[in-house]
Amino acid sequence: MALLQISEPGQSLDPHQRRVAVGIDLGTTHSLVASVRHGVAECLPDEQGRVILPSVVRYLDPAQGGSGRQIGFDALAAQVSDPANTISSVKRLMGRRREQVGDVDKLSYNVVDEQGMAQVKTVAGLKTPMEVSAEILATLRFRAEDTFNDDLYGAVITVPAYFDDAQRQATKDAAQLAGINVLRLINEPTAAAIAYGLDNGAEGVYAIYDLGGGTFDISILRLTRGVFEVMATGGDSALGGDDYDQALAAWVLAQQGLSEAADAGERAALHKEARRVKEALSSADSAVFQAQVAGHSIEQAVTVADFEACTAALTTRTMSAVRKALRDAGVAKDEVQGVVMVGGSTRMPVVRRAVGEFFGRDPLVNLNPDEVVALGAAIQANALAGNSRDGDLLLLDVIPLSLGIETMGGLVERIVPRNTAIPTALAQDFTTYQDGQTALALHVVQGERDLVADCRSLARFTLRGIPPMAAGAARIRVTFTIDADGLLSVSAKEQVSGVESKIDVKPAYGLSDDQIAQMLQDGFATAQQDMQARALVEARVDADRLLVATRSALAADGDLLSANERQQIDALMQELQSTAGGNDAAAIEAASTALAKGTEGFAAQRMNRGIQQALAGKNIQDV
Amino acid sequence: MNLQSNDFEIFGLSPAFALDERWKDLQRQAHPDRHASADAATQRQAMQWSVRINEAYQRLKDPVKRAAYLCELNGAPIQAENNTAMPADFLMQQMEWREALEEATGADELERMADDVAEARRQRLAQLQRSADEQRDFAAVAQQVRALMFVERFARDIENRLEQLGQ
Repeated sequence: MALLQISEPGQSLDPHQRRVAVGIDLGTTHSLVASVRHGVAECLPDEQGRVILPSVVRYLDPAQGGSGRQIGFDALAAQVSDPANTISSVKRLMGRRREQVGDVDKLSYNVVDEQGMAQVKTVAGLKTPMEVSAEILATLRFRAEDTFNDDLYGAVITVPAYFDDAQRQATKDAAQLAGINVLRLINEPTAAAIAYGLDNGAEGVYAIYDLGGGTFDISILRLTRGVFEVMATGGDSALGGDDYDQALAAWVLAQQGLSEAADAGERAALHKEARRVKEALSSADSAVFQAQVAGHSIEQAVTVADFEACTAALTTRTMSAVRKALRDAGVAKDEVQGVVMVGGSTRMPVVRRAVGEFFGRDPLVNLNPDEVVALGAAIQANALAGNSRDGDLLLLDVIPLSLGIETMGGLVERIVPRNTAIPTALAQDFTTYQDGQTALALHVVQGERDLVADCRSLARFTLRGIPPMAAGAARIRVTFTIDADGLLSVSAKEQVSGVESKIDVKPAYGLSDDQIAQMLQDGFATAQQDMQARALVEARVDADRLLVATRSALAADGDLLSANERQQIDALMQELQSTAGGNDAAAIEAASTALAKGTEGFAAQRMNRGIQQALAGKNIQDV
Repeated sequence: MNLQSNDFEIFGLSPAFALDERWKDLQRQAHPDRHASADAATQRQAMQWSVRINEAYQRLKDPVKRAAYLCELNGAPIQAENNTAMPADFLMQQMEWREALEEATGADELERMADDVAEARRQRLAQLQRSADEQRDFAAVAQQVRALMFVERFARDIENRLEQLGQ
């Protein structure tokens, strides 16, 4: 492009120094991407100005000639017509086996166990939750790259504080599939605290109550001089706004004397209607629930009191997690200086009232609960990428769930207690049980219960080659190392002989590096279409930018041109304008190049005028 | 040191309000997030330092863990797994507590027990401080640490029962 760009004094950035770093809130119902621009974090909109991307992916039938998928609003629109291939709330499946997914039978798509993990059976084949999440992440990545017209340096991705190791690892795998360099995984409530704390200059103890579409988190943080110290965290990784919808739908069916929906399509429609009614009840005293069930059309009036009654058990569950987190933090509820509400589900008045009554103060709702997590992640991403010069922000986070080892009798020996500050490494010595024992099987578990059967199994590995000794003579030191992302690796070493074994805890049902490599390759096979679509988007964005710049140049300095020159430029602009409406990326690029070339002389004249005016004692801004 | 020295210098302490402040100052320097865009070797160093600082902090901020650490430094390791010999009266009291916990039904009763145990812990900690700082008798401190570990485990059991009641 030949037109010279002049930035405002003091705001120019060396593009080679500034790295594009974003924060991504990968949510159950919707996802967002945000970045720090001109010192302020803001959510990046799509071409139509929408910042929210519904976390919904629809796979199209390859037999119909479509190898593609729809992501976001397009997929959401197909949820009722094509429920089996339209995957929403995939976050609930991350790092889980089928039976670990709550209410899995109520999902409108088919979840099966393959390779030891929950996968979705679609018309385009089996899809892992990581692949589905990667589609969402890649869409946000492209949005960011289009916005900045530059490659993405890296991203901070948020996860619920209560996510266990398997769920965090699955999230990181998804990012890798989407080609994203993960700067850090951070906890959603912590991200919200950053956005809130930096906005308000807050100091003291704060509670972050985060009720999203599918997860609930509570974190107690202490804010001092730019340090965000997580004192305790808790919650429920399978409790969210979706459950309020399900509870309402179930209540309506019961009122109508019906047992359940006839098929997946009806279920999806019921769920959608339940969400609509729930949202309506946030601003009205009553609403009417309308749906088709088993051939009957039903109509049920729902009051706020009805809604509150049928969802009371869910709200109570969140409040008992709040009490537990306060106990863990060693903080009385009157020491809490503010309660920040995060997540779309905190728009429900029933939830706000329950939280307000418990803490004896009105919760803080001055930041958009949908955006606050992405904004905080963006601030952290900016700092991690080295863009931010204020070095005061520091996050000191904790692990949400205790980690331990199985010992004799199926009991858990806790090695890292929950709410330990990370990164951390903790060791414990074990010994052999039998004379001459040369191997030791280690089973790593996560959870708060004493029995292995009640905890989450993370990994098994074996330390071999221990020299034969009497029972109890060997000294086997097991060390748990947890990095700043909250991810675990375990090593075991026999102290006498020095025999060692180490494992990065990749859950048995997670993806191996080979699988990731294979998926990336498979992705390339279907990526041809993506690349074409992307090239078109980029060409249009460039064309738009060039047209805007040319128009404003003409408005400012059009008098420099002769009638003939002006006519030529107008013609080139018109040509570009009409080409950009079509679907041929190469043609758009050619038209852009032609316009750029055609305005070279004009740009030189403008520059001359600018310099002359500056020499005459005038600033370019005054022109 | 002279008459103009500040309080902290006279007591040979770093000038920080509490352990917390010092911990945060150290992590400000060492935390991996502070070196996220540095080379791999620096990042590894940052990780090791940050882990080491957190380890020290976890141990120093908990009085029982701090005492156990002092014992170890002074040649009287705790060895909780091999050394379970406790005075008879202490064991009697433990048994009484356990029985009371098994028989307890309501939250009020459990809360009262939790208060009693917290008071017992407070007294034992005061006694432990005397043994450690005044008498410097680390064999005695080690014994008291083992007793406190029993007391703390019992306090956790009460807490667990309370949690079950709450749900």
